[in-house]
Amino acid sequence: MTDQRDILVEVEDLRVHFHLQEGVVRAVDGVSFVIRYGKTLGVIGESGSGKSVSSQALLGILPIPPAKIESGQITMHLQENGVGHRSVILSDLPTRGRDYRAIRGKEIGIIFQEPMTSFSPVHTIGNQIMESVLLHMDGISKKEARERTIEILRRVGIPRAEYRVDNYPHQFSGGMRQRAMIAMALACNPKLVIADEPTTALDVTIEAQILELLQDLQQEFGMAIMYISHDLAVVGSVADEIMVMYLGLVMEQASTDQLFDNPLHPYTQALLRSIPTIDGPLERLLTIQGTMPSPFTEYRGCPFFSRCGKRIAGVCDTARPPLIEVEPGHKVRCVLYK
Amino acid sequence: MLLYIVRRVIMLIPILFLISIVSFIVIELPPGDWVSNYITNLRNSGIDLQEEEAARLTAIYGFDQPSYVRYGKWMTGILTRGDFGWSFQWGKPVNDILRERLPFTIIISFSALILSWLIAIPIGIYSATHPYSLVDYIATILAFVWVATPGFLLAFVSAWLIFRYLDFSPLGLNSTEFLDAPWNTAKLIDRIKHLILPIVIIGLSGTGATIRVMRANLLDELKKQYVTTARAKGVPELTILFKYPVRIAFNPLFSTIGWLLPAIISGEVIISVVLSMPTMGPALLRATLAQDMYLVGSIVLILSSLTVLGTLISDIYLAWADPRIRFDATGK
Amino acid sequence: MTVQQQTKQAAQGLINQPAGDLDAIIEEQLDVKSERYYYAKQWQLIWWRFRRHRLAMLSSILLIFFYLIAIIPGFMSPYLPQTRFENRQQSPPSKVLIWDENGSLQRPFVYALTRVLDPKTFKYIYTEDRSQRFPIRFFVEGDTYKFWGQWETNRHLFGTGLDGPPLVLFGTDELGRDILSRTFYGSRISLSIGFVGVILSFFIGVTLGGISGYFGGIADEIIQRIIDFLLSIPALPFWMALAAALPRDWSVTQTYFAITVILSIIGWSGLARVVRGKLLALREEDYALAAQAAGASQPRIIFRHLLPGFTSHLIVSLTLAIPGSILGETTLSFLGLGMQPPAVSWGVLLGDAQDMVVVAQQPWRLIPGAFVVIAVLLFNFVGDGLRDAADPYAN
Repeated sequence: MTDQRDILVEVEDLRVHFHLQEGVVRAVDGVSFVIRYGKTLGVIGESGSGKSVSSQALLGILPIPPAKIESGQITMHLQENGVGHRSVILSDLPTRGRDYRAIRGKEIGIIFQEPMTSFSPVHTIGNQIMESVLLHMDGISKKEARERTIEILRRVGIPRAEYRVDNYPHQFSGGMRQRAMIAMALACNPKLVIADEPTTALDVTIEAQILELLQDLQQEFGMAIMYISHDLAVVGSVADEIMVMYLGLVMEQASTDQLFDNPLHPYTQALLRSIPTIDGPLERLLTIQGTMPSPFTEYRGCPFFSRCGKRIAGVCDTARPPLIEVEPGHKVRCVLYK
Repeated sequence: MLLYIVRRVIMLIPILFLISIVSFIVIELPPGDWVSNYITNLRNSGIDLQEEEAARLTAIYGFDQPSYVRYGKWMTGILTRGDFGWSFQWGKPVNDILRERLPFTIIISFSALILSWLIAIPIGIYSATHPYSLVDYIATILAFVWVATPGFLLAFVSAWLIFRYLDFSPLGLNSTEFLDAPWNTAKLIDRIKHLILPIVIIGLSGTGATIRVMRANLLDELKKQYVTTARAKGVPELTILFKYPVRIAFNPLFSTIGWLLPAIISGEVIISVVLSMPTMGPALLRATLAQDMYLVGSIVLILSSLTVLGTLISDIYLAWADPRIRFDATGK
Repeated sequence: MTVQQQTKQAAQGLINQPAGDLDAIIEEQLDVKSERYYYAKQWQLIWWRFRRHRLAMLSSILLIFFYLIAIIPGFMSPYLPQTRFENRQQSPPSKVLIWDENGSLQRPFVYALTRVLDPKTFKYIYTEDRSQRFPIRFFVEGDTYKFWGQWETNRHLFGTGLDGPPLVLFGTDELGRDILSRTFYGSRISLSIGFVGVILSFFIGVTLGGISGYFGGIADEIIQRIIDFLLSIPALPFWMALAAALPRDWSVTQTYFAITVILSIIGWSGLARVVRGKLLALREEDYALAAQAAGASQPRIIFRHLLPGFTSHLIVSLTLAIPGSILGETTLSFLGLGMQPPAVSWGVLLGDAQDMVVVAQQPWRLIPGAFVVIAVLLFNFVGDGLRDAADPYAN
């Protein structure tokens, strides 16, 4: 199952801490995962779980004065056209340096949650996409860049792309803007696309279209996707592997089938239970009790202790449970499993 | 866009109208019987008025008629003949005086405005990108102190310091030896030397506030999502800074012209008085002290109109520069 | 978000559902400080935040000190503003010494000065008479004055006493008057005009801004045009023009109030804009709509619901508007268009010193200018501090 050859990104024991005036926020506190070529990794968690911070660490766009990568390693294994192989240790590179910038946008693209604010309002969509192309594709002329931009816009489903390329972001509807955002992420044919809650701000019907679009594009371009969301139902439909995060730690990691067939961690179980279904008897909506503790709190044991329905006082709150592989490819962090 | 311009110009008209009314009220303000007051003033300043002359003036300016008639006559005079009235103090038509002094006012004011931007924008950008640094603190402190100091005091103290340490009197347009001399390079240089101080002081008065506006806007923009997006695409930092947030934070500066321009013109008035520049300032002061009201009212009219026009131009630029307005049919 | 998405989000455990024992856990996590913060009223919050702003706190204290001087200038100054010292015209500030001729430490004192006229330059030369030391005493007797026009006394905060030489810490003018006393007395007008003018602007501005913002429509359009127009008139020329119309023979009080009116004629527009802006924004807020849906009457909505939302911003605007008035009066009086002698204000004092030659020889004449700058600075700092404290979204 663990085929080393098709690993694109390897994250080992990543710890990202934010040093703020009020205290230290351990946003990511020992997370390891792997993204494979052409596959989709789904990352699930509530706000504050550290899912976005992980992706930012990958891209090297963490705000470095308050944030700091305390430990861990991020490695990217780039295969050039199936021939040759180079590994770049991203966590060692200076984030503002030329090397990292050559990877950002070229090998890794990102789709943000809010397309309206993600685009500059005073530049055309075309200009912003072409910026990426011109920057990363050596020797390409402006004309070629423009053609490539129009082509990618067409590919993501924007009608009359040759005309729309000169429009400004506010002239696009919400769904179209998100498509444009996807186009921008894919412009240089990256090996990995990070999708950070790409459909949260959209209507459900548009959401379905975007999801379908992403899957089509993945078929065609073959890029890996890191899909971050708080919506387990959505992630379940697109991901090959899923990672469940809570307060900076991985709670459960498995293939999608494994996770849905056999959810082990109480948090995962609660999440699955709380998805409302259309069919089935009308029941009371199940919620997870309690709220997320303050991000500044230091806790000794399992971070989910305060809200866990299956907690064992004296055990769960004294030591942090280790991440254990219960079946091949299925890891969980809970004292219930040894 | 054209629609927007037309709308703005049309909205201008009631404002200009109000300005003219207020200017006229200013003219009429001093109490007393206007006719004899005016004529007495003329006589007091040494101009011997014959009866027919008095009658002629009375007829032209409508001193024996109700005020709205006088307003009508005054405005007609301005709009048709460019006649702003008569200044008894100078013994000349008001527009002679205006014509002499308006160019300098405009030159000094606009130079000051541009200077203030040239200084404020780089400092503002630096302050925003290096917040709480030494430069930022110094700039903020200077800005504070500058805003707090009355313009005339600043002009005064600077003039005195220059006089004392550089042995050069910056008063007036030219030093005494050049006053009646023909135009040559030396005179030009001398004139520039004299113009520097007023332009710098007036310009700097607006700089403080502009720096803070630029800094605040830029800080806001730097936090926005599109900056992160650009960074995520691998664009170099400096390019990001200037292509995106600076460009966007720059625009609101133009909307500050709405209050910056009146402030600069106000400043120009008082600083010209202190530094003896031949602009509207000293003329206005003398006129107010002597109650030469047509001159006073006309100057108020002109200066206000200047401001309004300046604001119009900046609004049009803003609309053009911001595609959200340019491509929006409703054109707000 | 659509209703479906909201439900989904609720389903994903983001809604607080306190259960019995969980309350205990939650409360443990709210330490004492946070809890006070959580339950504090709006004003307390603003006050706490303001207190943390050291510059603003310091400025407030200094301002109170300034206003103290303005309220009891008679006591704070050693002399009356019109007291003339026959032999001390145009003299520099008194030198206060603490070491005597032999180098030993004494309490602060001054020497008397003798004056000779230099026959060549026609300037006065002052030399110290070291024969006698005159210590500075407190609660000392001096010129008689009336405390707020009622109680007669002749006690002053500090001075050299009835028979001591003039203690002129800021020097004297060409008539031999103590500039410090005149500056202190001048603060009455300079500091109060700002206040009174702003109060006037406040009433007009809030009323018109309120109507404009809350009712909208035609009234809004008209008032907006008027504000636009007022803000586009350059302030100083306008004030000068209006001041020109003031008769020279008006009393000090009449001139004072006239200037207040002149200063607020443009001033209210800024405030009106702020009020209108806030009302427009808040009017559409959910809580206002909720109040309306609950059947509240319009005045109730305005006063009970909307007004508290921006009272703090209003106070900030007011504080920041005062310096403008102070500078306005100072400039007008400097030009000779505002307060006239014998009235004393900082602007008048600066106007007395208008000559470049005078300033070159007697730079101490500019000290009232420093007072203006400091007062304006202090108001700006306090206003900024208030603004930072009042803005809930600053951090």
